[in-house]
Amino acid sequence: MKALLLDFLLSIRDSVRDLLPIVAVVAFFQLLVLQQPLPNLDRILYGTVMVVLGLTLFIRGLEMGLFPIGEAMAHGFARKGSVSWLLVFAFALGFSTTVAEPALIAIAGEAAKVAAEGGVIVNSEASRTAYAQGLRITVALSVGAAIVLGVLRIIKGWPVQWFMIAGYLGVVVMTAFAPAEIIGIAYDSGGVTTSTVTVPLVTALGIGLASSIKGRNPMIDGFGLIAFASLTPMIFVMAYGMIA
Amino acid sequence: MDFLIGLFHATLATMMDVLPITAILFGFQVFVLHRQIANLPRILLGFAFVLVGLALFLDGLESALFPLGRLMAEQLTQPAFIGQAQGWWHYGWVYVFAASIGFATTIAEPALIAVAMKANQVSGGTIGVLGLRIAVAVGVAFGIALGSFRIVTGTPLPWYIITGYVLVVIQTVFAPRSIIALAYDSGGVTTSTVTVPLVAALGLGLASTIPGRSPVLDGFGLIAFASLFPMMTVMGYAQLSEWRARRQRAKVTDSEKEG
Repeated sequence: MKALLLDFLLSIRDSVRDLLPIVAVVAFFQLLVLQQPLPNLDRILYGTVMVVLGLTLFIRGLEMGLFPIGEAMAHGFARKGSVSWLLVFAFALGFSTTVAEPALIAIAGEAAKVAAEGGVIVNSEASRTAYAQGLRITVALSVGAAIVLGVLRIIKGWPVQWFMIAGYLGVVVMTAFAPAEIIGIAYDSGGVTTSTVTVPLVTALGIGLASSIKGRNPMIDGFGLIAFASLTPMIFVMAYGMIA
Repeated sequence: MDFLIGLFHATLATMMDVLPITAILFGFQVFVLHRQIANLPRILLGFAFVLVGLALFLDGLESALFPLGRLMAEQLTQPAFIGQAQGWWHYGWVYVFAASIGFATTIAEPALIAVAMKANQVSGGTIGVLGLRIAVAVGVAFGIALGSFRIVTGTPLPWYIITGYVLVVIQTVFAPRSIIALAYDSGGVTTSTVTVPLVAALGLGLASTIPGRSPVLDGFGLIAFASLFPMMTVMGYAQLSEWRARRQRAKVTDSEKEG
C-alpha cells in the first residue's frame, strides 16, 4: 500500500514537471510582457490541479490498459496467422477512431465555410453540412487505408522512407492542382487525425507486430503507422477539394 | 455547479473518443481471435483510468489554460500591443510567444509521452524519454515561430512545406536507420489535445489582425509546420547522439593506443 502511494506521488511529480513549462510561459507573458494580472486565479488553480491529476491517471491507464491490449492484439493476430483479418482490423481501427474525432469535425466545418465563401459549393446550411460530412468520411477512409498500408509494410518489412517520399510527391503534385483555399486546411488535416487515445494504441500495435514477426526489428519496422496516418489525409483532402 | 457541467462535457467527449475503439478492440478479441483477454480486470481498470484521466485533463485545460492562452494570442496580435508595425520584425514578441507556447504545450502532450515511453522501451534505453520529447518540442517551437512569420509576411504556405519535405528527405539519407520511422511518427503525434487549440487561436488571431491577411486563407497552416519540423529535429537528435557516441569511442581507442 505504501509502495503504491509512493509510486502515485512520483507520477504526480512527473506530471507537475510536464506542465511546468506551460504555466511558466503563460505567467511570463501575462505578467511581464502584457503586464496584466491573472484573472480568476481560483479557476486557474482548480484547472491546473485537474490537469495534473488527469495526466497522471492517463499515463497510468496507458501502462495498464492501452499498451497491453494493443500488444495482445498484435500477438493474437500474429499467432492466428490471418493477414486478411489483421488488415480488416487495421482499417476498422483507423476509420472508427478518426470519423468521430472532435478536431476533425471542427476542421471539416471550417473547410465547408471556406468552400462556400469561395463559391465552390452553394452557400446554404444543407450543402455545407453535406460537404463537411463528405470531408470527414474522406479523411477517415484515408486514415483507415493508411493503417492498412502501414501494417502491410510491417509484415513485409518494406522501408518506411519509400512510402513517405512517395507520399510527399503525392502532396506536392496535389498542391499544384488543388484550389488555393483548401491547401492550408489540407496541410493541417494531417496533424489532427491522430488523437491522444489512438496514438498509444496504434504504436503498441505496430511494435507488437514487429516484435512477433520473425526478422522484423521493432525499432526500424514497428514505428511509422502514425506517420502514414498523418500523410494520407493531406492528399485525400486536396483531392476532395478538387472533386466536390 | 459550473465546473460540474464542464466536467460532464469533457467526460462525454472522451467517451465518444474511447467507446468506438473499445468496441472494436473487444469485438475482434472475442469474435475473431476467440481469445480470453489476460488480466482483463487490470486492463479494464486501465481503460477507466484513461477515460477519467483524459476527461479531467481536458476539463482542466478548458477551464484554466486555454482561455488564458487564447486571450494572450489575441492580445499579442492586437494593434494596441504591437503598435504601428511596419514590417515583420515588429512582431518580435509574437515569434517568442509562438516558440515558447509551442515548446511548452508539446512537453505536456500526452500522446507524445506515450510514444516516447514506447521508444525508450524498444530501444533498450538508448532513446531517452525526456530527450526525445525535448527534441520534438524544439522542432514544434521552431515550426510555430516560422509559421507565424509566414502569416505575418503572407508568403505562400506550399513553398515552406515543400522545402521542408526536401530537407526531411535529404536528412533521411544520412540519419541512422533505426530512428527514421520514429522521427516520421513524431511529426504526427505533436499536434493533439494541448497544442492544437492554442496554436489555432494564434494563427487565426494573427491572420485577422494583420492588414491584408484573410483568416480563411492565411489562418491555417501552423499545425502543418508543427508536424514538419519535429521530423528534422528528431533525426538531428539521433545524428548528434550517434556522432557523440562515435567521438567517445574514438577517444577511448586513442587513449588505449597511448596507454
